[in-house]
Amino acid sequence: MLKEKRKQQQSLHKRHSELAMANKQLEKLSNGIFANGELPTFSEKIKVSNQFPLRPKKLEILQINLGYMCNQVCEHCHVDAGPDRKEIMTRKTMELCLEVIRNTSAHTLDLTGGAPEMNPDFRWFVDEASKAGIQDFIVRSNLTIIRANKKYHDLPEFFKNHNVHVVSSMPHWTRGKTDKQRGEGVFDQSIKALQELNAVGYGMPDSDLRLDLVYNPSGAFLPGDQASMEKDFKKALLEDFGIHFHSLFAITNLPISRFLDYLIASENYEDYMYSLVEAYNPAAVKNVMCRNTISVSWDGYLYDCDFNQMLELKVASKIQHISEYNEAILNDRKIIISQHCYGCTAGAGSSCQGAVAD
Amino acid sequence: MASQNYYDPADLKKFGKISDWSKELGDKFFEYYGKVFEEGALTAREKSLIALAVAHTEMCPYCIDAYSQDGLQRGITKEEMMEAVHVGAAIKSGATLVHGVMMMNKVNKLEM
Ligand code: SF4
Ligand code: SF4
Repeated sequence: MLKEKRKQQQSLHKRHSELAMANKQLEKLSNGIFANGELPTFSEKIKVSNQFPLRPKKLEILQINLGYMCNQVCEHCHVDAGPDRKEIMTRKTMELCLEVIRNTSAHTLDLTGGAPEMNPDFRWFVDEASKAGIQDFIVRSNLTIIRANKKYHDLPEFFKNHNVHVVSSMPHWTRGKTDKQRGEGVFDQSIKALQELNAVGYGMPDSDLRLDLVYNPSGAFLPGDQASMEKDFKKALLEDFGIHFHSLFAITNLPISRFLDYLIASENYEDYMYSLVEAYNPAAVKNVMCRNTISVSWDGYLYDCDFNQMLELKVASKIQHISEYNEAILNDRKIIISQHCYGCTAGAGSSCQGAVAD
Repeated sequence: MASQNYYDPADLKKFGKISDWSKELGDKFFEYYGKVFEEGALTAREKSLIALAVAHTEMCPYCIDAYSQDGLQRGITKEEMMEAVHVGAAIKSGATLVHGVMMMNKVNKLEM
């Protein structure tokens, strides 16, 4: 049991799990119930509403993954992040990104990871990027990183000084559910971190310092209605801990990487795929995030989204690297899809900004 | 018969098919059902917990399956779900026991 637990605290890569390999995940997503016709493939499904091939709209968000290293090893992580991952963006690649950030037509810059703060050049990069005058500058912070080590304690101040928009994960307002998904002690540390962010002004009712939370289900089920979840989270966090935040984004877990591993191990894979397909909402396809986002990996390659990045599906364009970035050429591409995409179109839809269906 | 069991989890997915043999009544039922669970004077969350309790008193495996999942999706905790089941159980056992008075009445009437 203990050995099992310890194993779970490592990335699939470290465990040498077969599912650490992108092609194995893609195989799983194309075989079985999708190969024998029990369920329609995603492309078949979007053909019905004339949305195939999926193509980008106007670019709005540039999402940059600063590396897969993380202080946590959440069970559902689609990045397969953890302390044992060494893929980290170098300053050289950051410089290429900055060049793009200065010239892009995107209004939002979104830094993610792993824990982006663990990249040794994170602060330098934020400093430089914030000078580019991007309208909305997001950092996805896992909260516990702020408490993890003395050198991170001043992050709330640092974020504030750069007018960064903080987006943080919080799977539940109770300790049990949070720790089960994200690890022992994560709840208490996250609460402390939220209080510290509130203390410098983040998330307060009339504050311009935006603090949004991301909710994703801790198990093989879909997220409930975003607005009512937000109400419940706000009430509980305020009553129990005096915490304020702005919006809650309800995100569906996509069946890739560690969440796929969990689905298979817990014998929930088929039922989960069924519920995703059943909840398919053609209106959500219009606004899936790959249609307004470009995702950049730690080594500078370009993807339709962070999920495709983890599946190693580079953009279908002759431009595939940040060093040769060209927005016009990139925007004229077909988006690469597979069955994991059902996670973005279930119910009200799901993206890094939460629900998408209008 | 496709299945060797009276109850098959896969049948829950086929619930909608009851409309096949009586469209009008089926459609009316599902419309009514949907309406009942909408946010109203009671929240959808409260309704989900009531449904879970009743699912248990009715001992309907399909409903237990559906409303356990529905509860999780709404962020309802295990403790809340179990308390709801106890409410159902308390009413069920209370309903049994309160009939004891009927038994007592009858016995008292018949006995000399
Ligand atoms: S989900 Fe986020 S915080 Fe958790 S391991 Fe993955 S990157 Fe780290
Ligand atoms: S998984 Fe990526 S490519 Fe597929 S629909 Fe979602 S955002 Fe688009």
